[in-house]
Amino acid sequence: MAQEELNQAVSGEYALGFEIDIEQDTVPPGLDEGVIAFISQKKDEPQWMLDLRLKAFAKWQQMEEPHWGHLDYTPIDYQSISYFSAPKQAPESLEEVDPKILEAYSKLGIPLEEQKQLQGIAVDAVVDSVSVKTTFSKELEAKGIIFCSISEAIRDYPELIQKYMFSVVPMTDNYFAALNSAVFTDGTFVYIPPNTRCPMELSTYFRINALNTGQFERTLIVADKGSYVSYNEGCSAPTRDDNQLHAAVVELIAMDDAEIKYSTIQNWYPGDENGKGGIYNFVTKRGICETNAKISWTQVETGSAITWKYPSCILKGDNSVGEFYSVAVTTLAQQADTGTKMIHLGKNTTSTIISKGISAMKGQNTYRGLVKIGAHAEGARNYSECDSLLIGDQCEAHTFPYLESKDPHGQVEHEATTSKISDEQLFYLRQRGIGEEDAVSMIVHGFCKDVFTQLPMEYAVEAKALLELTLEGSVG
Amino acid sequence: MSILEIKNIKATIGEKNILKGLNLSLEKGKVHAIMGPNGAGKSTLSKTIVGHYDVEVTEGDILLRGKSILGMEPEERALEGIFLSFQHPVEIPGVSNAYFLRTAVNAKRVHEGKEELNAAEFLREMKQTAQELGMKPEMISRSLNEGFSGGEKKRNEILQMQMLQPDVILLDEIDSGLDIDALRAVSEGINAMKDGERTFLVITHYSRILDYIEPDYIHVLKDGQIVHTGGPELVAQLEDEGYESIGAAG
Ligand SMILES: Nc1ncnc2c1ncn2[C@@H]1O[C@H](COP(=O)(O)OP(=O)(O)OP(=O)(O)O)[C@@H](O)[C@H]1O
Ligand SMILES: [Mg+2]
Repeated sequence: MAQEELNQAVSGEYALGFEIDIEQDTVPPGLDEGVIAFISQKKDEPQWMLDLRLKAFAKWQQMEEPHWGHLDYTPIDYQSISYFSAPKQAPESLEEVDPKILEAYSKLGIPLEEQKQLQGIAVDAVVDSVSVKTTFSKELEAKGIIFCSISEAIRDYPELIQKYMFSVVPMTDNYFAALNSAVFTDGTFVYIPPNTRCPMELSTYFRINALNTGQFERTLIVADKGSYVSYNEGCSAPTRDDNQLHAAVVELIAMDDAEIKYSTIQNWYPGDENGKGGIYNFVTKRGICETNAKISWTQVETGSAITWKYPSCILKGDNSVGEFYSVAVTTLAQQADTGTKMIHLGKNTTSTIISKGISAMKGQNTYRGLVKIGAHAEGARNYSECDSLLIGDQCEAHTFPYLESKDPHGQVEHEATTSKISDEQLFYLRQRGIGEEDAVSMIVHGFCKDVFTQLPMEYAVEAKALLELTLEGSVG
Repeated sequence: MSILEIKNIKATIGEKNILKGLNLSLEKGKVHAIMGPNGAGKSTLSKTIVGHYDVEVTEGDILLRGKSILGMEPEERALEGIFLSFQHPVEIPGVSNAYFLRTAVNAKRVHEGKEELNAAEFLREMKQTAQELGMKPEMISRSLNEGFSGGEKKRNEILQMQMLQPDVILLDEIDSGLDIDALRAVSEGINAMKDGERTFLVITHYSRILDYIEPDYIHVLKDGQIVHTGGPELVAQLEDEGYESIGAAG
């Protein structure tokens, strides 16, 4: 197949690149202690939180931006970013939410409005830095479940926040985590009480709207003993020429016998085919599993100019389970360096890694994974499978699996494949009357199947549609 | 009346001349068999007809129902009713056999202005057809050809042929690698499609399948050309004497 056709077939325009026209309340670019105090004050935070932020800021100033990723980008000027932006009026109820925001969400297909709420998804919508509306909170409250913005949680549940925030991702864990700790503006807090099954999918939709604003959300999910929760995160950003920084931190705590399922559909603006514009996405996601607990990360990454992201599991408790299922697509001039870390500390801990990288056009796709087996992790087992699919011949895929084992009996299995969408496969489908574009998407879906089946039903449908959109184009 | 007319086709793969002015006319409703030595260009001929990307046609024309198809995309040729059973069907991981075939069948139905089949209607028909071909029920939901044995792949080609109901059917060594039962099932599948309207081009090295499906014409392809055409009696002669004697004189 001609290269040009292939390029067309994989360059679906960024359909979510519209801008919400609402009044914003934004601080001027730049970062110093004054800005941090401003953020903290805007959020009505107690003094202890401001102190923690300032401590993180001081540490961050002594740290260096990491450059070990297989990524190439213009340096980030941290003083040219605005660290706080909010819609002017802080809404109290759905009626008060600016209709333009609601309209924007409905364009994104977010179930914020009443009728869609009936489908049983609780949504915490974040526009730029403020949580606009948390739906369903009342029903969840009845079960003792807390689902609110992280700012509310800092005010209303200080003991939980003080106990768990920074407990999985310390504020100095890495450069971007430290920055986030200093300037995080919003995000979600979830607490599931012991032996409680969260009755609905919890969902947050992040969206970067204002020009030159960074988004630094912070998410903390605590699943108490024997509880279960499935949490979904979606992201998008409007089309812009400049690069925007997104540095999020997610911490998960699964206590004894608890299970957390965390799914992400990441669709930030990817920039154009020359690498102009797009989101720089530097994210730290980590969970800790106590005895018999399970954490499962599923991610579908189709957006961002730069993705640097390694959702990880610390398998501390015996018999705990970590899973990582990932589809990462890089097309245009996108670069992704993503993977996971599975840290086996407890006995009989098991982890599964299924990573599917798809590269097209000038996309660069790197899998980077670490499986670490501690000295006391008798009976630990890992299975890793990393597959790369190349579309066209300008893109690249790289795989860096690292293994550190202190237990000679640890069972680690790693399989990796790299394949091209073969002309042979395409031709077979076309000979049966299936058009070229449909044939490409059929092969790509087939390639991602093991990951998509891990997503909750409606998100799987969304992910498929998104993948199609990302790789779509009129085939000549 | 001829349904497919191949006129003085010259075709290359890479730099290599493979088809060297080949002429062949397929009569509508008839079964044509092509036999010939390894490397003579039989698979290349079938690839040329379906518009395979490897093949470059440098001269000549191919007419389907009197109209040239050389400018048509592979999927258009398929939708116009040309089906190729591949000598080596490719595996496509993660794509279920049923999903694939329903997409193909519905593409054809849309092309013909018919309504698409819903999943339930389609599955009923596919299961029935697969059962008649002696295929295990699980083959329907498995990934397309993935891990199928050689014989299973060939049966799956016939399953597709039966569901797609094409007008011109090219079978490239459908019989190679089949056990006796599979050969019978596949042959019966082919015979069930014979209705006096559909046209077959059967590429084979063995007389066995021809005993089952009773071709009307035998063509001998040697060194990129059809060197001889005869009736079914030619098969026995070829079995006895090989290809050496045929076409040498003329
Ligand atoms: N992709 C290719 N690249 C180079 N040469 C090729 C290619 N495909 C076919 N050929 C050559 O073209 C010639 C004809 O091949 P073809 O497959 O048509 O033969 P065939 O008659 O089908 O043989 P067989 O009976 O063994 O299947 C052979 O010499 C073969 O090596
Ligand atoms: Mg052949």
